[in-house]
Amino acid sequence: MTLDIVQMVLVTVLTAATPLILAAIGELVAERSGVLNLGTEGMMVLGAAAGFAVATETGSTLAGALGGAGAGLALSGLFAILTVGLAANQVASGLALTILGLGLSGLVGTGYVGMKRDPAPHLHLAGLSDLPLVGDLLFGQDAFVYVAVALVLGVWWFLGRSRAGLVLRAIGDDHTATHALGLPVRKVRVLAVLFGGACAGLAGAYLSLAYTPFWSPGMTAGRGWIALALVVFASWRPLRVAAGALLFGGATVLQLHAQAAGLGLPGQALSALPYVATILALVLLSLGRRQGGSLAPAALGREFTPHR
Amino acid sequence: MAAVPSPAAGTAPLYGAYGIVKRFGDFKANDGVDLEIRAGEIHALLGENGAGKSTLMKILYGLLEPTEGVVTHKGDIVQLPDPEAARAIGIGMVFQHFSLCENLTVAENIALVMPKTLSGRALAERIAALGAAYGLHLDPARPVWSLSAGERQRIEIVRCLLQDPRLVILDEPTSVLTPGEAEQLFSVLERLRDEGRALLYISHRLDEVRRLCTRATILRHGRVVGACDPQGESARSLAALMVGAQVGAVTGRAGAALGPPRLVLDRLSLPAPGLHGTALADIRLTVRGGEILGVAGVAGNGQAEFFSALSGETAAARAEAVVVDGAAVGRLDINARRRRGAAFVPEERNGHAAAPGMSLSENAVLSRHATAPLARFGLLRRGAARTLAAAVIAAFDVRKAGPDPAAGTLSGGNLQKFVVGREIQAEPGVLVVNQPTWGVDASAAARIRQALIDLAARGAALLVISQDLDELFEIASRIAVLHAGTLSEPVPAGETTREAVGLLMGGSHA
Repeated sequence: MTLDIVQMVLVTVLTAATPLILAAIGELVAERSGVLNLGTEGMMVLGAAAGFAVATETGSTLAGALGGAGAGLALSGLFAILTVGLAANQVASGLALTILGLGLSGLVGTGYVGMKRDPAPHLHLAGLSDLPLVGDLLFGQDAFVYVAVALVLGVWWFLGRSRAGLVLRAIGDDHTATHALGLPVRKVRVLAVLFGGACAGLAGAYLSLAYTPFWSPGMTAGRGWIALALVVFASWRPLRVAAGALLFGGATVLQLHAQAAGLGLPGQALSALPYVATILALVLLSLGRRQGGSLAPAALGREFTPHR
Repeated sequence: MAAVPSPAAGTAPLYGAYGIVKRFGDFKANDGVDLEIRAGEIHALLGENGAGKSTLMKILYGLLEPTEGVVTHKGDIVQLPDPEAARAIGIGMVFQHFSLCENLTVAENIALVMPKTLSGRALAERIAALGAAYGLHLDPARPVWSLSAGERQRIEIVRCLLQDPRLVILDEPTSVLTPGEAEQLFSVLERLRDEGRALLYISHRLDEVRRLCTRATILRHGRVVGACDPQGESARSLAALMVGAQVGAVTGRAGAALGPPRLVLDRLSLPAPGLHGTALADIRLTVRGGEILGVAGVAGNGQAEFFSALSGETAAARAEAVVVDGAAVGRLDINARRRRGAAFVPEERNGHAAAPGMSLSENAVLSRHATAPLARFGLLRRGAARTLAAAVIAAFDVRKAGPDPAAGTLSGGNLQKFVVGREIQAEPGVLVVNQPTWGVDASAAARIRQALIDLAARGAALLVISQDLDELFEIASRIAVLHAGTLSEPVPAGETTREAVGLLMGGSHA
């Protein structure tokens, strides 16, 4: 195998991982604040439809990306009103959000099925991008990829190093205690959910603007669910989310190559590989649980109503 | 009723609350409460459960907004929209159920309420300095889940003191401490008082109040019913002020005529059930008919695990580990044990002893279907269940609204009377009770204790797990101590002292 082919495989792994990283890092922040939003798939697919529509109407990929993120943000706002404001059940609301997102995306995208546009422009730095093996991988990607990397590092710094991140983690651990200390439990949770929504929308926009630059209904194909599993897989750590997403992206790419190479296995079995990896990861994670404390944010999925 | 705040700052108390009314729907938790707190005093706030102590405290700390009334600081009316505002005028609070995040470290928990600009290193230095000054030592890097109740309270106190408060509110601070830890706390509190700070001390332990406090405000049904100097009162007269009537002393201590062994534990050992659980090690015990064996201990030393091993919620490894009336039941489930004449009252009223959303008669079915004819051919006999519930309600004076209300609508004391009465009504040969009067007011507690003593006098063997030493010395004929999952040798209550039991609770074998 030549260096070029290795690099090509690595690039496809990275691009397959990018939507997972974007969606999972947003969901991670929401879950660390104690809110389980199962609507990632819905917010992603709406982001894909809205992103493609806005980009087509304005002719600007940037506007499309913002539109996608905005659509995810709006849908997560609805979720925040329900679960944080009205203390509705988070699991039921999240599932409803996915169904709503899938329906709405069909509506928004009706006029755009079958249209094509150029994929988001890639970075090109003279000299650097032409380096063998790493040139294209490091210096020749589109802006979404760099944003995803920046978000992972930013969230890692925010949660681990900043005071606001500490407050967010504390609220995810025990909303009763933090409320008693006078910390703004609901405000922080709303902001965390909105961040998660915007990230999921952006992940969807990446799919319809860069990964496969067209819109087709249901094009997220379960990536939102993979992102949810990734957060658990990564045991709620940002850097592990990135590593896990690359692993899952790798499994997807491997599956494509294995099919192309004509292995004796049916394509469906290979397509199931990333999902099997998720289940295995969950099992291993449960087996290797550390003693004391809890891995998950302790208040995850629990509704909170302050008395006043 | 509502006194006008004194305009002259010189004579005004450090903090005052005047005409405080707090309504939750139709219910008035506070009804025109006045309270004045002066610098350099430890002021006691006394009252039964539901008297409105916690509500008043939360209003002072900015957690609740009063429906009517004002809070003053040095004579000026202040608004306390949130705890941050309360902290800004020097009010600090040590919570009863600690407001700590278990998965964060000690330093992170403290940083949550400290100024935003403080660096981690500077904070660690201040924690160490304060720890040295007051003897409150903490390891800033430890996660809270790995700490004992006493250590957790130290975090709360350090966090409060780091803000240099002028008023420290303490809600039932000794309820989870060993007597030794409580002693340490008292010396810190006395020192804070001598520094000129004000302390508001909420406790139902009247001995502590008499020792520490020079002024007390007594609440009953949300109203102030009196003020006194606790040092001039007896524990008995304070209790009478709180309850509004003389509390009947429990009579007829059990243990006069002992019957045969009815509950025998032989080398009962169980592994820890989970991350936070305690393993039980080699517990041996014999409880005879006619006696009440008291099991003392600080919460978290295996009480819950011990109770579930006795009740059958956790099966023992060997059947002979638990013997009820001669039958080895260690491998049997809870209903099989009930059919052999055992009965169990767990600690949690809501959710363990009773299902809060179900009616009292349905709750009677939940624990009695194995021992009373409440079903026929697998179908419920609702009439029989209602009769059973009514019998319990009448026998134990359970106050309730409506004929058969949901268990969750009863007050704590009344629901506790119901769940204890439900088991006693079966006339069990063996009764195991975990925290029989936890969080129950004095009159209901007296009634429950009397019922336990009467049951023992009728020949039953009782095992009572309690953190309340006064309660155990009042009713138990022998007392053993559960510490870190091991049970000490039971000693007759008349031959031991609170101090000796307290030492065992702290893990000392001196």
